[in-house]
Amino acid sequence: MTLHQMPAEDAKPAYNYAYLDEQTKRMIRRALLKAVAVPGYQVPFGSREMPLARGWGTGGIQITAAIIGPADTLKVIDQGADDTTNAVSIRKFFERTANARTSEATEEATIIQTRHRIPEAPLKPGQVMVYQVPMPEPLRRLEPREAETRKMHAWAEYGLMQVKLYEDIARYGEITKTYDYPVLVNDRYVMAPSPIPKFDNPKMHMSPSLQLFGAGREKRIYALPPYTSVKSLDFEDHPFRIQSWSQPCGLCGAADSYLDEVVIDDRGGRMFVCSDSHYCETRRAQGHRGTMLGDAAASGLVQPSSPHPEEAAGAAVSKDDPVVSGASTSILRDAPDGAPQDEGSREQRM
Amino acid sequence: MYVAVKGGEAAILATYDLVAEARRGDPAVPEISVAQIREQQALACARVMNEGSLYDKDLAALALKQSQGDVIEAAFLMRAYRTTLPRFGSSQPLDTATMAIRRRVSATYKDLPGGQVLGPTYDYTHRLFDFELMEEEGQSAIDSRQSELAAADDCRLPTADCLDATMPRVPDILGAEGLMETEEPPEGDPRPFDLTRDPVSFPADRDVRLQSMARGDEGFLLGLGYSVQRGFGGTHPFVGEVRVGEVAVEFVPEELGFAVDLGDVTLTECQMVNQFQGSKEVPPQFTRGYGLVFGHSERKAMSMSLVDRALKSRDFGEAADYPAQQDEFVLYHSDNVEAAGFVEHLKLPHYVDFQGELELIRRIRREREERLAQERDAMPEAAE
Repeated sequence: MTLHQMPAEDAKPAYNYAYLDEQTKRMIRRALLKAVAVPGYQVPFGSREMPLARGWGTGGIQITAAIIGPADTLKVIDQGADDTTNAVSIRKFFERTANARTSEATEEATIIQTRHRIPEAPLKPGQVMVYQVPMPEPLRRLEPREAETRKMHAWAEYGLMQVKLYEDIARYGEITKTYDYPVLVNDRYVMAPSPIPKFDNPKMHMSPSLQLFGAGREKRIYALPPYTSVKSLDFEDHPFRIQSWSQPCGLCGAADSYLDEVVIDDRGGRMFVCSDSHYCETRRAQGHRGTMLGDAAASGLVQPSSPHPEEAAGAAVSKDDPVVSGASTSILRDAPDGAPQDEGSREQRM
Repeated sequence: MYVAVKGGEAAILATYDLVAEARRGDPAVPEISVAQIREQQALACARVMNEGSLYDKDLAALALKQSQGDVIEAAFLMRAYRTTLPRFGSSQPLDTATMAIRRRVSATYKDLPGGQVLGPTYDYTHRLFDFELMEEEGQSAIDSRQSELAAADDCRLPTADCLDATMPRVPDILGAEGLMETEEPPEGDPRPFDLTRDPVSFPADRDVRLQSMARGDEGFLLGLGYSVQRGFGGTHPFVGEVRVGEVAVEFVPEELGFAVDLGDVTLTECQMVNQFQGSKEVPPQFTRGYGLVFGHSERKAMSMSLVDRALKSRDFGEAADYPAQQDEFVLYHSDNVEAAGFVEHLKLPHYVDFQGELELIRRIRREREERLAQERDAMPEAAE
């Protein structure tokens, strides 16, 4: 067969719109429909081999390829940011294969493909979240055999998971799962929310957007239709709670967002910044100022997009700012139970 | 800092240029051609065709060139291309009994119909460097070797005149005596499962297992096969036969209704003969382990046939205690393209999740210190 000798100068015509052939897209859409009809159930699908590596988002890429059309606007994030290397790579893939219109603005996007985060800005009806999932089976660490875990789901036999969570509490005083925190969907299936921080779990509950999950290597698709109940597993005396920080974002001052820790020197200096880069930029454009913004602009960590360019020169905040230099030991604290804190320490129980 | 800064896109583009430069190496050294790789690195090409699940020597050579000789990366290129190809249909079943033999050895019989044909093999070479290969071989040396082989009247070349017309497969010889486990196609002889199109479910049938192993990592299957031999699995195999050669691929187009020859593929087939105790219903007989791979790849075919037999443990009511006997373990983990992707994805940023872990471990440690401090404070009172 000499098919491979055909594409000559321009490789584009050799591939279908959005890379996958239409039969494959139809197969994936069928799996998606089944997944939406049975929220939280893992639908096996004929995952294709993709030109990107397994474990690098091939499940999410296949879903996006199956649902994207010329009218869509695509946003791709990894760790909450549009500019992380793999997000850039996937965005370029769809720009190249689907001529996709892309955006970094959460509110403009019709499809948001994500790895490890849900945007901070609330999602709207009509938007579709596409999650990249490495391990779709929430019970896998407890039972390695697929033949067994499928039975456990069929019988809704989730005692093993409750015991695991209980053992955490017995050993450490609390449930030690900080990401990929298991959820109960529609009071029926226990589901892996993908490795988003548990901070993001409450955003899934009754979300107005359609949420689709693709695990390419494991060949599973699952979904949350809009307005589906998503409850993070917990106990009455150990309610689910999310991460919180003792200080707001150093760049935009947001106290309600998930923060990344950036090491800024070798003397224990830390700074905390929003992981959702678009959220942070939007707030800065609105004039919100974090205590570290001047420093960050001076060292090139952010582009000086501030409305007060003179501050971006770096004079505003000294490097010896006590918030930073003395921060190595007690920078994080848990919000006291029940106490009304700043927005960043929302106590949530789903 | 590869995240907080804008410019990930420019950095990614720069990696393309850098990898192109690294691939080329010292430009003073002549560039290697795809044809050279295809002709002179044929065993590497065979491995890429196997693990890439695509029989195309040119593309395998191109993949090796593009990947700087990284076999798994080359297999990945093959698969990502293969997945886009249209499916015209299935070929007729290959008949390896009609193989144009290049090599055929049996360890179970000293001599047998068709005889032992050693063919090109490293088996009897001494692993001493041939420093003459450091220099290019002159055309005259090539000519004299070829003329010597052609002139020799001792059947050094496996020409049709030298080989027996029939070369029966060893398990068929045993089967004629009823000593070998029979293998019947499943009810209705359905079209084999295609694991590149449909998701695998477990327990997996034999067509799925064989297909998965044919594309599985040679090193992984070698290790598993070795584990069976060393006692992590209870089989005692003999090489019934290994044969290497060319087999015609035939296809019946619907509009023609008869088979047309699409060409030849080079295959290596291995059939292992294993002991089996028998049971109340079945008299003692030998059982079969089967391996079939593209190109000249004896190590892979033998490893595959060892693991194939181990995976039959359920069919024979044997305990599946060892990794090589468990289909989920073997099938999920032998795929090196998937495994490499998932292992190497750990290079991707994980700082959101890591931040969650940092927050947790700091809090647990702080709470522990507070608790210990409280206990220390309480101690004197307790002593009173």
